[in-house]
Amino acid sequence: MLEYLVKRLLGIIPVIFAISVVVFAFVHLLPGDPARLVAGMDASLEDVAAVRKSLGLEGPLWQQYLHFACNALTGDFGISLKTRRPVITEIGERLMPTVWLTVFAMIWATIFGLLIGVLSAVKRGRWQDYGGMIVAVSGISFPSFWLGLLLIDLFSVRLGWLPTGGYGTWAHFVMPSFTLGLGVAAVMARFTRSAFVEIAREDYVRTARAKGVPEKFVIWKHTLRNALVPVITMTGLQFGFLLGGSIVVETVFSWPGLGRLLVDSVSYRDYPVIQAEILLFSIEFILINLMVDVLYAFANPEIRYK
Amino acid sequence: MTAAPVPVAAPQSPLVRVDGLNVEFATEGGVFRAVQDLSFHIDPGETLAVVGESGSGKSVTSLALMRLIEFGGGRIAGGKLEFRGRDGVVRDLASADAQTMNRVRGNEIAMIFQEPMTSLNPVFTIGDQIAEAVRLHQGASRAEARAEALAMLEKVRIPGAKGLLDRHPHQLSGGMRQRVMIAMALACRPKLLVADEPTTALDVTIQAQILRLIRILQDEMGMAVLFITHDMGVVAEVADRVLVMNKGRKVEEGVAEEIFARPQHAYTRALLAAVPRLGALAGEPLPRRFPLVEIKEGGGGAFTEAPPQDTVTGSAPVLEVKNLVTRFDVRRGIFGRLSGRVHAVEQVSFSVKAGETLALVGESGCGKSTTGRTIMQLQAADSGQILFHGRDLLAMGAQERRSMRQKIQYVFQDPFASLDPRLTVGFSIAEPLTTHNLATGKAVEERVAELLRDVGLSPDHARRYPHEFSGGQRQRICIARALASEPEVLIADEAVAALDVSIQAQIVNLLMELQEKRRLSYIFISHDMAVVERVSHRVAVMYLGQIVEIGPRQAVFDHPAHPYTRRLMAAVPIADPARRDRERPLLEGEIPSAIRAPNDPPEVRALVEVGEGHFVARYSIGDFR
Repeated sequence: MLEYLVKRLLGIIPVIFAISVVVFAFVHLLPGDPARLVAGMDASLEDVAAVRKSLGLEGPLWQQYLHFACNALTGDFGISLKTRRPVITEIGERLMPTVWLTVFAMIWATIFGLLIGVLSAVKRGRWQDYGGMIVAVSGISFPSFWLGLLLIDLFSVRLGWLPTGGYGTWAHFVMPSFTLGLGVAAVMARFTRSAFVEIAREDYVRTARAKGVPEKFVIWKHTLRNALVPVITMTGLQFGFLLGGSIVVETVFSWPGLGRLLVDSVSYRDYPVIQAEILLFSIEFILINLMVDVLYAFANPEIRYK
Repeated sequence: MTAAPVPVAAPQSPLVRVDGLNVEFATEGGVFRAVQDLSFHIDPGETLAVVGESGSGKSVTSLALMRLIEFGGGRIAGGKLEFRGRDGVVRDLASADAQTMNRVRGNEIAMIFQEPMTSLNPVFTIGDQIAEAVRLHQGASRAEARAEALAMLEKVRIPGAKGLLDRHPHQLSGGMRQRVMIAMALACRPKLLVADEPTTALDVTIQAQILRLIRILQDEMGMAVLFITHDMGVVAEVADRVLVMNKGRKVEEGVAEEIFARPQHAYTRALLAAVPRLGALAGEPLPRRFPLVEIKEGGGGAFTEAPPQDTVTGSAPVLEVKNLVTRFDVRRGIFGRLSGRVHAVEQVSFSVKAGETLALVGESGCGKSTTGRTIMQLQAADSGQILFHGRDLLAMGAQERRSMRQKIQYVFQDPFASLDPRLTVGFSIAEPLTTHNLATGKAVEERVAELLRDVGLSPDHARRYPHEFSGGQRQRICIARALASEPEVLIADEAVAALDVSIQAQIVNLLMELQEKRRLSYIFISHDMAVVERVSHRVAVMYLGQIVEIGPRQAVFDHPAHPYTRRLMAAVPIADPARRDRERPLLEGEIPSAIRAPNDPPEVRALVEVGEGHFVARYSIGDFR
């Protein structure tokens, strides 16, 4: 197991290198002189030269890349063009709200998604199945901005139970995490259902019954454990997407997260921030994938020994 | 039976009494009655074999007795399933509640299944899976259950049982997994073991081990066995009494010796006639078709014995294989380091004449299929020659090789998987004609009709789709497709292995009939020694990628010279209870692996001639020193 982990971690290095090259190239792929673009059309030649120096755009490309990579390794992504504060501070402030929102959304979505999925699979073709799947399809089809607005209208404006937006207390989390998680729960429910139905046909489930295993263990132990393998992949992917920050949900609930930061920096052409965010998202994704693979190995011994 | 509690009822009252059992499945086309009005009994300690072909309802019966049929969409529509439990109380399982069934299943009645590869849960260890039943039914602690699991593994004669407890199923071979299944089933010392085709998926030498093991454990534990099988040979080997089923109904029931010696019903007679029996052609040099019994309504049947198959012509071989080698690399780790090689085919040489059938026999992994696939160029050869009328296929250009390819055709094992479900049968058969430009326009249709007639189907079948046909009919279609390009050599890779015995006999006869008409040469790849005896002029026995014995069929079967050939023949169940020998020594050991370290090819030496055209390996291969 340890050997497997080390192998996988070593495997990450070339991937991160490749991503960093792409992120670095991003500035150079823009039309025109990035320094001129950043400094503004009216800037004097000296100003442009100063900007070029500050952006690390002097010298041959490989030197520039090294400069970028070394800085990035120490967490230095330069200064935000918009706020004139270090990029790392900007991102640091926004990171945790997004992470917490994602974690809460994922936790409830996974639990409910699994439960609904298993219930639908076990009661296949009966009203519980249809009910569960109607909820799931609605969850997927409901646009989150619309759902968010409805929730605000009901719970904040009419009932006055929850704040309309912002970040701080537990109450702030309720509506955004519900809105964010609904789609995930729906996908999870459908995924769990189909995986479960497939596994329930396997010979070893019949073997378990032939042993006299009570039905509840047949479901939760013998079947679910095997059905989890595809579900874990699903969860990992969803988690990765949500960590990028949901632009819509964060905007609707004025959530100070990475999603809104990305929108702001794109509209302001705040290149250093965009670069840092892309790099961050990529690394997050890689790490989550690694986690998924490790969980996989726990769930499925065949992978563990390969 | 000494440890059994004193039953409340009379001592000779049966363990199981099934009365008027009906099982139904709801399908789109209405209710399908899988079992109709079936009655039988099982006495304590005896073996009742339920035999029948696919669709006979034999497996449904066993699942109904376990009340597992509900989970497969079936329903017990009537009848009684009386079972006398350990406490001496007779219960009707057909109306028992879920709780009662959970107490009975795995505890008083246990079951083993056909597919050992998929019947164990891949995510739990062997030890946990055996221990689960013990903990459930005997309330044992974790440690006690584990100790019991170990004891059971030793009971089923698994070498190194202790190390196996913490292993997962995928690390075990099929035979080992079936032993684990048996250990699991017997962990609670049930009064009845239901064995549903437990050896069908196993190699013949492993099958012999498992059958013997079940018999020994049955004697040790004094349990009854309900043995479900399609194989009359296995029935003869294990059964005290036999129940023959056909289309959901009981055809005949009786003591095994009686059923085999004096079958009363025409269906039983036909079934027995279709069973390939090893030794049926002893003393005859040439192959001979299966005698077919015409079943007449209301009993009675006529035997027709076929003349010997004297079809070999010419002296020059049509196909000659010289020193053929096919290996697969096994790579490991992130850098794909070469960690070993599968020596699938190792210096194999043989030849086939026009109208001759050469059988390649051996157990799984012996390289017989890879040899066929390499000749077909579905697999690249590492070295050697494949000469077709003296010209080397491996040395030809791509163009020429393609045109040669139509002269060698292939029939696969699984008729369900080898026809495209979305194409009509006619299209599938016509495809080789059009790709090789052998016919155009109207001529294609005529040719397809002719081919369908040749394989015993009707020309208007051409417009239908594969799902409308049975397994045997599909195999006929596959043969028609293979014949479309007028081949001279047909490679039949386990072409009858997936079929019911009566269908198997028909397909074998069809192949032999086609050989007679067209002077086809066959390479008949099979694991079934009895079928091989019927069809082949010459036989090559393969073991670990090498031919260990090759020669005229009569010589190889009547005087097997290699110990592996002898082991293979000894393992074949004999379809005659009078000849069964339950004291035969239990064959031990697994089939060794053909994977070796890189750059460590096995030793291959020239075969030694022991009779006319009869060659045998006289050097150490695998287990044989």
